[in-house]
Amino acid sequence: MSIYQVNEKGYYGPFGGAYIPEMLYPNVQELREEYLKIMAEKSFQEEFNQLLRDYVGRPSPLYHARRLSEKYGATIYLKREDLNHTGAHKINNTIGQILLAERLGKKRIIAETGAGQHGVATATVCALKGIQCAVYMGEIDIQRQAPNVARMKMMGAEVIAATSGSKTLKDATNEALRDWINNPVDTHYIIGSVVGPHPYPDMVARFQSIISEETKKQLLEKTGRENPDIVLACVGGGSNAAGMFYHFLDDESVKLYAVEAAGHGVDSGESAATTALGKEGVLHGSRSILMQTEDGQVIEPYSISAGLDYPGIGPQHAWLFKSGRGNYVSITDDEAMHAGLELTRLEGIIPAIESSHALAYLEKIPFKGDETVVVCLSGRGDKDLDNYMKYFDF
Amino acid sequence: MNKIEKKEETPLLSIYFTAGYPDLDSTLHIAKKLEDAGADFLEIGFPYSDPVADGPVIQHSSEVALGNGMTLTILFEQLRHLREQVSIPVFLMGYVNPVLQFGVEKFCEACKNAGVDGVIIPDLPMYEYEELYQEIFEKNGLANIFIVTPQTSEERIRKIDNLSNSFIYLLSSNATTGKTLDVGENTNAYFKRIHDMQLKNPLIVGFGISDKATFQKASTYTTGAIIGSAFVKRLNEQDYLEKIPEFIKSIKD
Repeated sequence: MSIYQVNEKGYYGPFGGAYIPEMLYPNVQELREEYLKIMAEKSFQEEFNQLLRDYVGRPSPLYHARRLSEKYGATIYLKREDLNHTGAHKINNTIGQILLAERLGKKRIIAETGAGQHGVATATVCALKGIQCAVYMGEIDIQRQAPNVARMKMMGAEVIAATSGSKTLKDATNEALRDWINNPVDTHYIIGSVVGPHPYPDMVARFQSIISEETKKQLLEKTGRENPDIVLACVGGGSNAAGMFYHFLDDESVKLYAVEAAGHGVDSGESAATTALGKEGVLHGSRSILMQTEDGQVIEPYSISAGLDYPGIGPQHAWLFKSGRGNYVSITDDEAMHAGLELTRLEGIIPAIESSHALAYLEKIPFKGDETVVVCLSGRGDKDLDNYMKYFDF
Repeated sequence: MNKIEKKEETPLLSIYFTAGYPDLDSTLHIAKKLEDAGADFLEIGFPYSDPVADGPVIQHSSEVALGNGMTLTILFEQLRHLREQVSIPVFLMGYVNPVLQFGVEKFCEACKNAGVDGVIIPDLPMYEYEELYQEIFEKNGLANIFIVTPQTSEERIRKIDNLSNSFIYLLSSNATTGKTLDVGENTNAYFKRIHDMQLKNPLIVGFGISDKATFQKASTYTTGAIIGSAFVKRLNEQDYLEKIPEFIKSIKD
């Protein structure tokens, strides 16, 4: 049993657990008892793998980015999650959870979304399965992310505005939890990241672990070695990073970089760099690290990237940070935007601004020249074109 | 610790309100007025930025209270004078994160010093309570109140009954606060089912109780009931303190 994976009590070191009101206990307990059993069923695995292959388009390519490599003086590969159906890694998890929900006999799906990527990935699998879907989205995000709202509606999902608190991702998550409390029997909540009460962080990480599973195989084919020297991924809640790190956690020779969003700068007061600014606490059902006041009130984060704009991180990340297994670093809005443009100009790939944070950190690593590096390109930048255009005044 | 028990035939009425709402220093004024008006015990909420078990009314009161500057430190400062003015049992209710930041041990000691009888923390699960905090609570003579819902298994209810030493918070339905009690047969059967388990702790019903009819319905098989949102809603009216006796009267008489 890896010390970096969840233990039988639902904890990663001191982090994790299930800090939920009694109203959610039966739902979470049911998941806890069933998720590993269902995921191990042959029929589940067959359907999951078939959908990942034929519907999502997996395996996603591991692309040797030659001009990027030349610029930084290392052999850099991009794990192309941006090429998945719906444009990001999010669908790996929603495919897994919809199959699980179906086997639990659930008739209705709810989800939270920030930028709308997870909402779209959830609405997609609900359309695929003909299951009723409601997505909670902050009122402010609904205004900022109109194309994704349209995609969800087109797929038949109901998009419900979260009008409480700061009207963004944190509040959309609160509203989804409230919905689940009020509809405990027939509804499954598809959480989009490695956050929430146990078993969500572990379940979502397992569904996303396909990213590192494929990377190992592809790297072996291309280089004769399974393991790279360095792996980079961005972290909001942390689901693409959890999937990208999963099969490398126990190989301590693989250096892991988790890149948070520093917004206008870690000390600017407008940031989402959770490990730099946060303290241990409980949010959305698990004990982790979160940005909060001295009085334990959650602080609203800021990042230009809606997908990284979350005041906490998943409990596994909190543990990788605290144990020193992962290097938790941060990148500002400006650094990320320039890295996004750079990839576009060097490789002809427009990355999501989230993924641009991981790319931007390449500049900060003093490469010796012989390292093999994998960057998780978690999503494509179509949704961010407006932002890029405005930022660079194109 | 004050005992939660009926002194006469009439069921017990508890009122919930959020500390620091509508004004930072309204906490003790409201508490005193409620006691004078005939409330049998009180739940004082300490506000949190992300109250997932609460509906719009208590979300709003929490937001205003935080905006007024309410913190646990300020609340305990106010509660230093609690027992000079209020003698009925008092419970604090809120979410776990502010308690963790304040420090669980310090929190329990502050409750004890203020004369608080117990706490209700919906997102502090039974497992964590037993493993980490039960000893600290007991050392300070502080009751931890557990919640039971229509979905809670009999085995778990028995366990909760064993861990409890004040009352059990019986949720009228699986819902967030501020909904209306379903007065149908199902709810009745659920209350009766728990009543017939003959637990050692009294049952107090919460969530969905808003007026005399729902209060009486909820108290048929239990020791009493709690009104939260329906009371908090009235605190943004003019002269809200003066109107408290009338509200309590409308429920109890």
